[in-house]
Amino acid sequence: MIHFCLDKTIRAGGKAFRLDLEYALTAGTFLGIAGPSGSGKTTLLRCLAGLERPEAGFINSGGEFWFDGLRKVFVPARRRNVGLVFQDYALFPHLTVLGNLLYARNDRRRALEWLDLFQMADHAHHFPRELSGGQKQRTALARALVREPALLLLDEPLSALDENLRDALGEEVRRVQRQTGVTTVVVSHSRREIDLLATEVMELREGHLDPSRHQLE
Amino acid sequence: MDWVPFWVSLQLGLWVTVILVVVAFPLAWLFAFSRRGWVLWLESVFSLPLVLAPTVMGFYLLLFLSPNGPVGKFFLDTFGLRLAFSFPGIVLAGCVSSVPFMLSGLKTGLAGVPASLLEASATLGKGRAETFWRVVLPNMKGGLLSGVILTFAHTLGEFGVVLMIGGSLPGVTKVVSIAIYERVEALDFGAAHLYALVLILVAYPGVLLLNHLQRRGARRSR
Repeated sequence: MIHFCLDKTIRAGGKAFRLDLEYALTAGTFLGIAGPSGSGKTTLLRCLAGLERPEAGFINSGGEFWFDGLRKVFVPARRRNVGLVFQDYALFPHLTVLGNLLYARNDRRRALEWLDLFQMADHAHHFPRELSGGQKQRTALARALVREPALLLLDEPLSALDENLRDALGEEVRRVQRQTGVTTVVVSHSRREIDLLATEVMELREGHLDPSRHQLE
Repeated sequence: MDWVPFWVSLQLGLWVTVILVVVAFPLAWLFAFSRRGWVLWLESVFSLPLVLAPTVMGFYLLLFLSPNGPVGKFFLDTFGLRLAFSFPGIVLAGCVSSVPFMLSGLKTGLAGVPASLLEASATLGKGRAETFWRVVLPNMKGGLLSGVILTFAHTLGEFGVVLMIGGSLPGVTKVVSIAIYERVEALDFGAAHLYALVLILVAYPGVLLLNHLQRRGARRSR
């Protein structure tokens, strides 16, 4: 279980508001958080990943505190077992697809298995500039998952793709998530994208989670 | 033709370039990523050699580096090293004079590395040192090379500052540009032509490579 309670001031577009939310993610959950731009979605992911420090609260992953405002505990991103897929993919341009995975985990056999799972084995020796948007997204997902993270975070993972590809890749992401059972949080401004991916959906408005959450499945 | 001034210039260029690559990296990092107000002031100080007359820099450097100046006295008392009119002195002067060229290349290179790559590296379990060697450096090769070429080429052509700090001691501080000046003064235009031609032949491939890299970089970012 990953239990978090976060408090942080967000300044966006000339206004300030508080990200103030609490949630308990049970293992294997695929939580989707929908919300308009500037509602705090990306900040939430960055706090969970350890790229930003909340002002107060805690993040507890299976009994280990990644952040505890009271006890001044802050585990940096590199020591949290979290996989983050960035909106712009953030693939290393000087490394091949396989090189990107080997950077994350120096285990060639596992890297090739993950590429196979995302149907990217044929592109293992291609550089990111030689890939289509969908292939980049698959590589970014495989790279995040090759370390077998405790928590997978997806920042608008399908928004840069065209509609057909979005549906196909969305289905693929759901399949892999079910197969691996990795606890996942996806954020997007597109409710359709969230509905396509997540099994549990919340709305985020000006830093607050809408309590009227509902299960899709 | 006396080839010794070329040897002195080459050594000077190499020393200045190597020292500046190391010294300028943390500064370039600060200038590329910090948004603090005082950083702008500091960056402007390091850009001054671009606009100041070499004689202005040379004059103040001479005051600082002379045996009675603060830096010169420190080096003399601590290491027994005399800076004015010595090779270490012109290396130091060359570093001051060429630092904006190295900073410009490194800063451009660093600023071109997307922050998301550094963050991705962190979320993949890598520390700062590993991220620097395996992500930052390979993705700023163009900027690094540009800084190295510009610094080396500028130092090879350095005249005013070197003349004021080092004078013209054969085999010690007499660099090619000073040798050309002396040949022209002696009306030995043939030797001056030869010296100048060799300098041009050394500088041109460097500038050609630099422009090629910039054109390639522009094409990739389109």
